[in-house]
Amino acid sequence: MPSFLRTIVGPRVLEAEFAAHPFRYVMPSILLSIARVMLLLSLFFPYWEMELVAPQYPDGLFLTAYVHHLEGDVREIDGLNHYIGMRPLDEAARIEREMSIWAVVAMVLLVEGAAFVHSKWAILLALPAILFPVAFLADLYFWMRKFGQHLDPKAPLSSSVKPFTPTILGEGGIGQFRTYAEIQTGLWLAIGCAGLTIVAFWFHRRAYRPLALRMAPAPSASKS
Amino acid sequence: MRSKRNNTLATGTVLLAIASAVLCAGEALGQDTKREGRRSRTKEVKPIEMGNAQVAELTKIANGRKLTVEDLLAAAKTYMPSGHHDDYVLFSSGGQSGQVFAIGVPSMRLLRSIAVFTPESWQGYGFAGDNDPVLERLKINGRLVPWGDTHHPGLSETAGDYDGQFLFIGDKANARVGVIDLRDWETKQIVKNPLTISDHGASFVTPNTDYVIEGGQYATVLGFGYAPIDDYKKSYRGMVTLWKFDREKGRIDVQSSFALELPPYWQDLADAGKLASDGLIFINSFNSEMATGGIEDGKPPFEAGVSQRDTDYLHIIDWRKAEAAFKAGKAKKINGFAVIPLETSIAEGILYFAPEPKSPHGVDVTPNGQFVVVAGKLDPHVTVFSAEKIKKAIADKKYSGKDDYGVPILDFDAVVEAQVELGLGPLHTQFDDKGYAYTSLFLDSAVARWTLGGEYSSLHAEQPWKLVTKTPVQYNIGHLCAAEGDTVSPDGGYLISMSKWSVDRFLPTGPLLPQNFQLLDISAPGTTMPVLYDLPIGVGEPHYCQMIKADKLKTWTTYPEVGWNPHTQSKDPSAPQAGKEGVVRTSDGVTVNMTAIRSHFTPEHVVVNEGERVTWRITSMEQTIDATHGFCIGGYNINLSLEPGEFVECTFIADKPGTYPYYCTEFCSALHLEMMGYLQVKPKAGPVVGDASH
Repeated sequence: MPSFLRTIVGPRVLEAEFAAHPFRYVMPSILLSIARVMLLLSLFFPYWEMELVAPQYPDGLFLTAYVHHLEGDVREIDGLNHYIGMRPLDEAARIEREMSIWAVVAMVLLVEGAAFVHSKWAILLALPAILFPVAFLADLYFWMRKFGQHLDPKAPLSSSVKPFTPTILGEGGIGQFRTYAEIQTGLWLAIGCAGLTIVAFWFHRRAYRPLALRMAPAPSASKS
Repeated sequence: MRSKRNNTLATGTVLLAIASAVLCAGEALGQDTKREGRRSRTKEVKPIEMGNAQVAELTKIANGRKLTVEDLLAAAKTYMPSGHHDDYVLFSSGGQSGQVFAIGVPSMRLLRSIAVFTPESWQGYGFAGDNDPVLERLKINGRLVPWGDTHHPGLSETAGDYDGQFLFIGDKANARVGVIDLRDWETKQIVKNPLTISDHGASFVTPNTDYVIEGGQYATVLGFGYAPIDDYKKSYRGMVTLWKFDREKGRIDVQSSFALELPPYWQDLADAGKLASDGLIFINSFNSEMATGGIEDGKPPFEAGVSQRDTDYLHIIDWRKAEAAFKAGKAKKINGFAVIPLETSIAEGILYFAPEPKSPHGVDVTPNGQFVVVAGKLDPHVTVFSAEKIKKAIADKKYSGKDDYGVPILDFDAVVEAQVELGLGPLHTQFDDKGYAYTSLFLDSAVARWTLGGEYSSLHAEQPWKLVTKTPVQYNIGHLCAAEGDTVSPDGGYLISMSKWSVDRFLPTGPLLPQNFQLLDISAPGTTMPVLYDLPIGVGEPHYCQMIKADKLKTWTTYPEVGWNPHTQSKDPSAPQAGKEGVVRTSDGVTVNMTAIRSHFTPEHVVVNEGERVTWRITSMEQTIDATHGFCIGGYNINLSLEPGEFVECTFIADKPGTYPYYCTEFCSALHLEMMGYLQVKPKAGPVVGDASH
């Protein structure tokens, strides 16, 4: 194995060493495995939801975002949005939604890979999964803002509703509607995955950093 | 190293297995279920406790409005706070309005009407122009007969219990039966009886809705024929028609339907046997005298002539035998319709008579099917026949004779179970869950509660076959209806008195007064049976109604798919789609493909040439409950109701040039008034109409 690759992949655990400290070396793998399952699982759950409440909708209107599609009263919300000149929701985040499943699978595979890398570079592989929940919310905000700020000036109600940015977390309002936006199970799973990955990395470093130091050739030898 | 890798692989495999299992579970959990909104429609109500101040206020209000304690209790039993839903839906005939009314019980609020025999503009029923299928089905012998005298609604049944799927309604004036689909509450079919102009005994269903019974009334020459009245006995006939219902298609199958020729005795109401009497149909008659009237010639008028004999005939028909005879080709054709001749019915053992006190009205089978209650009308009794005794008398040929046509008459004493004296003018009977029967007394203007015998004796504290109590109703009660009171499992609790005269019950409304639907509380056994509520019906004179538990109805609140054709109950391939709207000109004329969604029609400009045939198709793109649009073109007699998802088509000849605004007739949205467009009919030649420059 070339030395730079060895540096990246990190030290291997010998049988005797593993037998001496099984918990220490298994822990990061277990945590990263759970994190991977959580992230995969999140594909099947809604990430985010907004409930729109108005007098004439006693049951409320729901907009539910999964990573790869929208559910709920999308048609009705689009129908209402046309009055204020907002583009149909399906036009938002098309590329993101198309890529989302492959992106999540790729992140899962990268975290899988991270379990095999015993150097500090493992964090790089896990980084997409750690940043994913924030990226999701940022993207949601980006599109909501883009749609809310770019209303068709010729729309029927453009004179009474000025461009706005919908509240993506918590309570907001537009027209006769109060809006309540919340993180849902899917995103909580992704956040859990990110958190677990960070914790796993702490265990990871606790296990492999001393091992690397121990197994590294003497500094004088390496310099010569 | 090797061990570690093995270890990791093993862990990985196990975790992958767990992951896939969890993923499957996740998929199942991830299924979208109906969401509970942030605001629950019905708020949690804690048990109330009335403080002194509230009692004082209530007392003050009651005294100020001259209300009794009973009135307050009645109000508490019927008042429906906003957003609360009724327990029952009452489907009532609409009398001469030709419609059906749906009323909530116990609130007695009118929910809506359903147009059946009469064009109704709100529902866009009969206002779709020249080729409107609604108008086509209202034609009799080529003539439009756009009204009906709806009498008896019949809810479809499964095993003798309402199943909430279909509603049939008879038109007495024109001998028609309408079929209403209770998914969208719209009329799907109207069948005209080919044998008689008018009749009375529709609609009653057999326990699994195999057949819809349409009994006759005034005897005529079957098939709209002519014969002098002197030939009454020879040429005039009664009949009962059994319409075969195809539940799958939701339509009456006319080809598989048939009728029975009956003597000209003026058959009246009918009821199908169930359980113990399954397979039989019971029909009353009231002119076994075969009186032919002629007051102008000094002969006894019908009202007297028809009431001479002490008894008339309860008709007992074995419909399974009749069906077998029909299928064996033993029916003849009259006016193209299969009719089993009277001789055949006699020879095959299909038809028997039992004497019944003269000129009775209602015939009603008890929930267990064991008894048949015939209400006397001109006799103060109800006469109760036993289904078991009837079957035995038929088997033993226990006849007291034959009528003029050779129909065997069962011996009265062999088939009667009891006679119960109730009062004057008994008409119709319904049942509850406590072994009581309820009979309307027209002349006494009261509802009588009386006890059933047999296996019902254990359900009530009183002696069997005895009058328990009477509650006066205002006034002149006709039919009555207890909750699911003509099924195998009545609910009790509520009873409706369909009072024919209201006299002083409401503010005067001119010389034409509304009917009075009165709600009675029949939940307590014994002698307590108060009237709770009066509902004026000022749209027609209803006859019979049926009360079904609201949760049995599986009503659509929007059509299942956008582009739905209610006539076919399926998505219509010709329904215009969003993005494909426009005006297409073919050799046949012009087709307008339009969509409607808040708050615009697409297209908004339609230009046609004078004289062109216009086919106008509209799809409502709405999917939201209650987002209904209308569509009218003034001057062309077009008005459509576009319910969410519905596809509607109308046709007309654009024979009057001009500019016609079309608009949405339902206040659909804040920009409803803007939901319009222009139809421009260009004149063929010459100056443009209304153009000042010419």
